[in-house]
Amino acid sequence: MVATTPFHDRLSELNDQRLYTHWQGHLSALRYTHAPKHEYFAVRHGVGVFDTSPLYKYRITGPDAERFLSGVLVRDVSDLREGRAAYTLWCDDRGFVMEDGVLFRHGAEDLVLTSARPALAWLTAHRGPLKVGLEDETDAYGILAVQGPRSVRVLGALTAAADHLRRFDLAPTTIAGAEVTVSRTGFTGDLGYELTVPRRNCLDVLDAILEAGRDHQLRPFGEEALDMLRIEAGLPLVDVEWTDSTLAWSDEQRVTPTELGMGWMLRGVREGRRFVGSDAIRRELETGSSRWATTGIVVDWRAWDRLHRDAGLLPTKDEHPLGWESWLRDDSGEQVGYATSVMYSPVLQRHIGIARVRPRLAEPGTGLHLETTVLHRTATVACQTVPLPHFAPQRRSAMP
Amino acid sequence: MSETPVSETAVNENQSRDLASEHWDAIVVGGGHNGLTAAAYLAKSGMRTLVLEQRHLVGGAAITEELRPGFSFTTFSYALSLLRPEIIHELDLVEHGFMPLMMPSSFHPTGDGDYLLFGDDTDQNVQMIRRHSRHDADAYLRFNHDVDEVVQAVQPLFDNAPPDLWGTDPQDEADVAWLLGHLRGIDKRVMHNAVRLLTGSAADFVEDYFEHPAIAGYHISSGVIGSKVGPMSPGSGLVMLFHKMGEHDGHLGSWAFHRGGNGGFTQVLARAAQAFGATIRLESPVEAVLTRDGRTTGVALQDGTEFSAPVVVSALDARRTFTQLVDPRELPDDLVDAVRRTKYRGVSSKVNFALDTLPTFPALPDSVDHFGGFINIGPTIEYVERAFDASKYGWYSERPYIDAAIQSVVDPDMAPPGKHVMSCFVQYAPYELRGSDWESERERFGDTAQAVLEEHFPGFGDLVLQREVVTPVDIETHTGLTEGNIFAGEFLAPQMYFFRPAPGWSRYATPIDGYYQCGSGTHPGGCVMGSPARLAVQRILNDRR
Ligand SMILES: Cc1cc2nc3c(=O)[nH]c(=O)nc-3n(C[C@H](O)[C@H](O)[C@H](O)COP(=O)(O)OP(=O)(O)OC[C@H]3O[C@@H](n4cnc5c(N)ncnc54)[C@H](O)[C@@H]3O)c2cc1C
Repeated sequence: MVATTPFHDRLSELNDQRLYTHWQGHLSALRYTHAPKHEYFAVRHGVGVFDTSPLYKYRITGPDAERFLSGVLVRDVSDLREGRAAYTLWCDDRGFVMEDGVLFRHGAEDLVLTSARPALAWLTAHRGPLKVGLEDETDAYGILAVQGPRSVRVLGALTAAADHLRRFDLAPTTIAGAEVTVSRTGFTGDLGYELTVPRRNCLDVLDAILEAGRDHQLRPFGEEALDMLRIEAGLPLVDVEWTDSTLAWSDEQRVTPTELGMGWMLRGVREGRRFVGSDAIRRELETGSSRWATTGIVVDWRAWDRLHRDAGLLPTKDEHPLGWESWLRDDSGEQVGYATSVMYSPVLQRHIGIARVRPRLAEPGTGLHLETTVLHRTATVACQTVPLPHFAPQRRSAMP
Repeated sequence: MSETPVSETAVNENQSRDLASEHWDAIVVGGGHNGLTAAAYLAKSGMRTLVLEQRHLVGGAAITEELRPGFSFTTFSYALSLLRPEIIHELDLVEHGFMPLMMPSSFHPTGDGDYLLFGDDTDQNVQMIRRHSRHDADAYLRFNHDVDEVVQAVQPLFDNAPPDLWGTDPQDEADVAWLLGHLRGIDKRVMHNAVRLLTGSAADFVEDYFEHPAIAGYHISSGVIGSKVGPMSPGSGLVMLFHKMGEHDGHLGSWAFHRGGNGGFTQVLARAAQAFGATIRLESPVEAVLTRDGRTTGVALQDGTEFSAPVVVSALDARRTFTQLVDPRELPDDLVDAVRRTKYRGVSSKVNFALDTLPTFPALPDSVDHFGGFINIGPTIEYVERAFDASKYGWYSERPYIDAAIQSVVDPDMAPPGKHVMSCFVQYAPYELRGSDWESERERFGDTAQAVLEEHFPGFGDLVLQREVVTPVDIETHTGLTEGNIFAGEFLAPQMYFFRPAPGWSRYATPIDGYYQCGSGTHPGGCVMGSPARLAVQRILNDRR
């Protein structure tokens, strides 16, 4: 039976499309109106809310909480202070990525890890003799993402806590009488916040947000809009950009943190920092054995237009990401990579993508050819590698 | 991406410089969107370029003004579609803040309390049509496809300078051959549809598809914008086709609001032009283009200041370009004659409002989304035709046609939280009134438009915080668009393509060496599209080779 999130009763009233997908066994709106692109623009130019409650939430407590997490997460969490959050991956013992999530440090011995997929058994298995409590609090909280340049004004009407948050800061506060955590986090690459709300208070908090947002044209956005936003932000998505290594069939489906473009997370690994998979990752770093590098690609607009016009078609500019991988070839026609996400970006006015190429080709500005089909035939269009993220407005990290 | 507030006028850091003593490769007269586009391309090609704009801000007919604290009015033009996508890329506009916001809806009250509401989902649009007419449902799909096919066929003519039919050099012959080749490649049904649109009335074309009066009324409305024609007049088909030639993110015929209004867009252009090295001088009305021995040498301002350059580009309309900035006696008679006979006859006005809150449409009491795009007040063909009638006899419509937009619904930065700005493009308002003048009629005309809004949105008047009435005379005074014609010359077949602005002079040059034209009076024509300027600079650069 598919479940609903604690925000569902109200959000479903605002949904005049009734198009849902299933996300971790929950109804998750694909769109709220006929135009997901309009929802996307609310986030890029106004404010939108997204129900991200189906995320798994694990509370990790006790004197060894930090030690435990340091041993299982790829990110170095030893300097994660109270009131800070951090995006992280975790890997299997061969150094292949399993999942990703955000770690919130509420107190010295009180942390919460979110995850798109269940991870409790795996976490428990690595607890060993350490003194940590591990609690699945997934259903105890809803999470509401309030994203977009106006998010700070909407929250500001309800709590003073948001104004002072730097990116990845979090703070406890009260909204609509409920004790919630507000964090400056999100999956849109824009200025934005997330509210973690006790289940029973979710509707009250949502109502307060909707009310505060009304004069700012706040609207809920669905997964289609979120997908556009996260690709522009260069944020990878499990099962699109990679497969959980413990569920993959072939190493071809697996990626290492470096290959996923998360090499920046590996601080201290060469020097001996240890966690599950770190030995393999160290070898990869030392021998340079990464098979791939993740990069952005931008399609040459002239080539794209010409390709379609020559075929008698109008050049399509579809903000809906392709639902499949596209191959990347070099000048000689050899396959040298693949694009995992490709879309037309309305704010950049270009076709963009997240791709994986042979490491030697990852240098920004490398010319490649993206495979596509036109009128039932395979064709290629010129594209270039570019650094990720594609879109990173100053407001994303500036103090509001 | 730039996050400079779009209300900020183009920086004028050159006030202290003595620009008159500097050496310029090119001077652009007029800082409307075409002048700015031309300046950006010229500067990009390495030419030292100076833009001289008469007003205290750039943009011409595409400006946004904060008439009331926090309320941004799109004084004149308000929506974007015709802008050629090449320009966005070639001038790096995204880096300077280019951001067209999708219009999520198009709303058409049917006059009987009901409505048509279209959005981004074709199947739902078809259902909307079926609610009124089962017959018109599949007709709707075919109509759109047939028009898009014509657009696709005509586009290459749009994106290239018209060949010179009377030219004699080999390049002219090659251009004519290209045109003939292109025309011969067009499918005969598409060609026939094109001719029906280019010569016939919007009503005739639309009624071939639709039987329902309100559905037909919705579809003809773009056929009368800016033009002294009714939907039943031959020629309105051409105006309708022109308005379908644009696109929003590849969706043909779709319109968007630029962030910060069309003035936001011209600020982007100004920043781009400056980034390429162009200099913009405001409050610099040009009195005359200077010539010696059939060549231009520069320009003189009204205050006598002179600037010299071997290339001068007029971004003004043909009447000003050929009969005011230069002495018409220096020009061939047939050109001057054609320019004098060009029809302007503006019939458009704006009535802009600051609103305390959103209006209410009784059949959609709790909804906001129908206000996300165009609000088309002209329920049927007959309604719009009757609105046109008055203008034939020198008076404005008692029940005007209104193309309204509440941009603050998709662009909250346009008004304070909870408040709104509403732009109303109102027709028909003939430039010349019989037996009165616009200064005397201004407020009564505003009341007339407001009364129509009151009919559809009961209680509208109570929401009005401020009203701005922009008459055709205001348009002329503030932009220089002759007789307030929004396109710098009517879209009539004899004033398009080979004949825009005059037979033999449709390729951006003038009889004076070094003097060029790039305004909306040249091919392809008016609207915020930038093509005239882009094609004009191609010509200039070619001539310099
Ligand atoms: C009310 C109205 C609504 C419209 N709505 C739309 C719309 O929604 N969408 C759309 O695409 N199009 C619309 N249009 C049409 C479009 O705005 C115009 O066709 C276009 O902006 C004209 O641009 P331009 O650069 O050719 O000329 P202009 O914008 O007219 O620019 C000419 C510039 O030259 C300056 N100037 C004039 N004389 C001198 C001089 N002697 N010396 C120095 N400077 C001088 C003027 O001040 C002005 O800045 C509208 C027009 C009007 C008037």
